[in-house]
Amino acid sequence: MEPILKIDKIEKYYGSRSSLTKAIDNLSFSVEKGEFVAIMGASGSGKTTLLNCISTIDRVTSGHIYVGGEDITKLKGSSLNRFRREELGFIFQDFNLLDTLTAYENIALALSIQNVKVKEIDARIKKAAEELDIKNVLNKYPYQMSGGQKQRVASARAIITNPKLVLADEPTGALDSKSAKMLLERFNHLNAALDATILMVTHDAFTASYAKRVIFIKDGKVFNEFERGDNTRKEFFDKIIDVVTLLGGDLNDAL
Amino acid sequence: MMLFKLSLKNIKKSFKDYTIYFFTLILGVAIFYVFNAIDSQTILLDVTRDTRELIKLMINMLSGVSVFVSFILGFLIIYASRFLMKRRNKEFGIYLTLGMSKRKISMILFFETFFIGLLSLIVGLLVGVLISQFMSLLVANMFEADLTEFTFTFSNSACIKTLIYFGIMYLLVMIFNTINVSKCKLIDLLHGSKRSEQVKLKNPIFCTLLFMVGAGMLGYAYYLVTIGFEELSNASDIFLPIILGTLSTFLLFWSLSGLLLILVTHMKKFYYKALNSFTLRQISSKINTTVFSMSIICLMLFITICVLSSALSIKNSMTANLKTLVPMDVQFMKTRYLREEQVEGSTRYDPNMIADSNISLRETLTFLDFDIETNLRDIVELDIYDIGLTLQDTLGSYYEEVYKKFPFMTYDTEEYFIKLSDYNRMARLFGLEEYTLKDDEYIIVADYKELAVIRNEALKRNVPIVIKNEKYYPKYEKCKDGFLFMNSTHSNSGFFILPDKALNEERILISMMSANYKANGEVEKKQIEEHITTELENHPYSLMTTLKGSTKIKLYETSVGLGAMVTFIGLYLGIIFLISSAAILALKELSESTDNKDRFICLKRIGVDDKMLHQALFRQIGIFFLFPLLLAMIHSIFGILFCNRLLSVFGSDELLPSIIMTATFIVAIYGGYFLLTYFCSKNMIREKI
Repeated sequence: MEPILKIDKIEKYYGSRSSLTKAIDNLSFSVEKGEFVAIMGASGSGKTTLLNCISTIDRVTSGHIYVGGEDITKLKGSSLNRFRREELGFIFQDFNLLDTLTAYENIALALSIQNVKVKEIDARIKKAAEELDIKNVLNKYPYQMSGGQKQRVASARAIITNPKLVLADEPTGALDSKSAKMLLERFNHLNAALDATILMVTHDAFTASYAKRVIFIKDGKVFNEFERGDNTRKEFFDKIIDVVTLLGGDLNDAL
Repeated sequence: MMLFKLSLKNIKKSFKDYTIYFFTLILGVAIFYVFNAIDSQTILLDVTRDTRELIKLMINMLSGVSVFVSFILGFLIIYASRFLMKRRNKEFGIYLTLGMSKRKISMILFFETFFIGLLSLIVGLLVGVLISQFMSLLVANMFEADLTEFTFTFSNSACIKTLIYFGIMYLLVMIFNTINVSKCKLIDLLHGSKRSEQVKLKNPIFCTLLFMVGAGMLGYAYYLVTIGFEELSNASDIFLPIILGTLSTFLLFWSLSGLLLILVTHMKKFYYKALNSFTLRQISSKINTTVFSMSIICLMLFITICVLSSALSIKNSMTANLKTLVPMDVQFMKTRYLREEQVEGSTRYDPNMIADSNISLRETLTFLDFDIETNLRDIVELDIYDIGLTLQDTLGSYYEEVYKKFPFMTYDTEEYFIKLSDYNRMARLFGLEEYTLKDDEYIIVADYKELAVIRNEALKRNVPIVIKNEKYYPKYEKCKDGFLFMNSTHSNSGFFILPDKALNEERILISMMSANYKANGEVEKKQIEEHITTELENHPYSLMTTLKGSTKIKLYETSVGLGAMVTFIGLYLGIIFLISSAAILALKELSESTDNKDRFICLKRIGVDDKMLHQALFRQIGIFFLFPLLLAMIHSIFGILFCNRLLSVFGSDELLPSIIMTATFIVAIYGGYFLLTYFCSKNMIREKI
C-alpha cells in the first residue's frame, strides 16, 4: 500500500554560502495510513523544520515530500493552501484557536472555509465532539476553557476535515500532566477508532510513549527509530528513555 | 547619541505603522496652511474696496476658526500618538528591563516626535503650497474676480503661523508622552498585549428593547427638526433633538452590535460560509469596545455632511437669488415724518433728521447734490404707508395660536401698506406679477417662507383689515411672492397692497425710489456707482437725513463675499472634521492590528488562502468604516432638511449640486482613509506565519 506520507531524501539549508546550516540533512522515512508516529529530538535537531516542511509552511532545499502520492514540494500558491486546508490537520502547541469565536465556531471554521454545507457541519461537529469529549464546552469561548479542553477543541478542528494526515506540534507543551494524559488518550482513541494518521513532534518521552512508533532525529538525520509493538506503554517509555539517554545532551535536559 | 540613532531607526522600522499618522499630520498641516494662506491669494485679485473689506473680515474669521481647528487637530494628534505608544509597549518594556531609565525613553520619544513633526511639517507645507496654487483659482472664482495672471504665491505669515501652531501641538504631544512614560509600569508594558478579551454576548431582549428606545428617540428627534419644526420657537429648543440624537446614536450602535450578531448567528447558512463567522465576530467584538468612538465619529461625519452641503448650497442659492431679487441698479429709501418721540434718546435718529423727513426723497437727493436726471433712468417711486396696524392686528383671530407657538416673536412692528397703482408700476420694472383689486380687497406679498406660512393661515381665515371703518378682505388665500427692498435673500416678511383710495390720507412711513443707471457700459456704471457710494455718503447733508441707498453692485459684492466666507469656513471645518473622524477610525482599526495579526496568522495556519483572508479583511474594515457613515447619512437627511428650513431665507433650490460636492469630498477623503487602512492592515498580516 502507498504510504500516506513519504519523505524522500529531503534537505533544508539555512543561511548564506559562507555560513551554511544544515537543518535537515538527507532525511527519509514514511508513515503508513493509520499510524501514530512521534518524532523526537532535542531543540535544534531539525524536528520543527521538518514539520514546517511537511505542513508546507517552509520549503525544502532538495528532495521530495509525498502526501497520499502527491508531491507537495511542487505545489504553489492557491493549490498549496488548498492542500493545507483539505489534506492536513494541525494541532499546535499554543492551540491556535480564535479568541473571538466559540469552540463550536472554531471547529466549524475548518469546514466552512471548504464550503461544506451547514447541516453537514453540524453533524460532523457533534460527532467529533463526542470522540473528543468536548460536547459540554462547545458554546464556550477559548478564555472560558482549560488548556486541555482548548487542545481537544483544536484537535477536533484538526480531524473534522478528515485529513490524510494530522500534524501535531508539541501538543502537550502547554498542558499540565493530567490534561496531557487525557489528550494523548484521545489521540490514541482517534487513531484506533477513526483510523486517523497522526504525526506528532515532541521532546517529551512521556508524550512520545503514547505513539505506536518513535523516530529520533539528531542533527537533521534519523538517529534511531522503533515501534511499540506489543510492549506496554511503560516498557515503551523505558525504551524511549534509553535512547534519549543515548542521545544525551539537550533532550535529556528537557526532560 | 545612542538615543538619537535609536529613535531614527525606530521611525524607519515602524514607518509602515506610522503611515496613517503621518498622512494625517501632512493633511492637517497642508489644510491649515491653505486656509490661512488665502489672504495672500486675494491680494492679487482685482476687487473693489468693499469686497476688500469683506475679504478682511473673512480672513479674520478664518483665523478664528483656525484656533478651533488647531484644538481639534491637537486632540487628534495626541490621541493618535497615544495609540502608537500603546503599540510599542513591549518595546519600551524591553528597554526598561535592559536598564534604560524612563528619562531616556522619554528622550527617544522626544526625538521621534521631533523628527516626525519636522518631516510632516516640511512635507505638509510643500503639499499645502501646492494645493494653495489651485486654491487661488477657487478664490478668484468665489469672488467672481478675474485672475489676471497666474502667479506662484507663498504666504510667509501662513507658513509661520502653521509652524507655530503645529510646534505647540507637537510640544504638547511630547509633554503628554513624557507623562505617559513616567506613569507606566513595567509589568503592564510587558504583558499589556496579553489581556484576554471578554466577548460578552448581550441579552437579545435587552438589546431589542434598547434598540427600540434608541430608534424611538431618534425618530422623535427627526420629527422635532422636520415636521415639528414650527414648534421650535426658541433657540434652546434645538438642544432637545441634539441630545436625543446623540444619545440615540450611542444606543443604536450599542444595541445593533449585539442584535446583528444574534441575528446573523441564527442565519446559519450565511454565518457558516467561508470566513463570515470570523468577520462578523471581529466586527462585533470591536463594536463592543468602540461603541463610544463609533458614536462620536458618526456624529462628526454628520456635522461634516451638514456643514459642507449647507455651506455650499448657501453660496449657490445666494448667487441664484441675486438675479431675481436685485432687479434694479439702485434703490433709495428714507424714513418719513419722524416724530419727536422717535428721535428723543435715539441713537438711530438725529434731531436734524426730522426736518429732512418731512421733505420728499427727490428733494433730499438734490440737497445731496445728486442729479437724478443725468444719472438715473427707469425711475419708479413708491411710498409705504403706516395705518397703525401691527402683525398682531393683521393676524386677527389666529394671533392667539401663533403666540402660543412662538411667544418670542415680535408682534408689535408696524405693517407696511402700499397703494395698488404704486405697486403695479414697480412690479412692471421689477419683473413681478401685477394685480388688480376690488374696492374691499387686499393682497399680502411676502417671500420669507416661515412668516408667509403664518400669514397664509390668517388669510385662509379671511381676517379683515379695518381702515377708517372700511373693511378689506384678502383676495387670495395665500401670500403672493414678491419684495420691495432689493436684498440678496428672501427676507420680505410681508406687506399689504390695498386699493389706492384706502391709503390716500394715511401717513407715509417710508419713501423709496428704485432706478437704473443712465449709463452705457460697465465703465460709466461704475462711475455712477462710485458717485453714489462715496460722494453721497461723505456729503455733509448725509448726516441730516435718514436716506439710505443700496446698489446692485454692492449687494452682489456683499453676497459674493458672504457666500465665499461661508463656503471657505464650511470647507475648512468640514474637511478637518472629516479628516479627524476618518483618522480616528483608521488608527483604531490599525491599533487592533496586533490582535488581528495573531488571528489572521491562526487562519493562515489552518490553510485559509490569501484571497479569502484579504476579502475578510476588506469586509471587516469596510463595514467598520461604513457603519458610522451610514447612520451619519441618515442623520444628515434630516439635518440637511433642518438646515435648509433654517436657512430658507437664502433659498434652497440648489441643494443637489452641493450634496454631490459633499459626497465627492467624503468619497475622496473618507474613502482614501479606508483604502489606506486596508492596505496598511494587509501589509501587516502579510508578514510571515
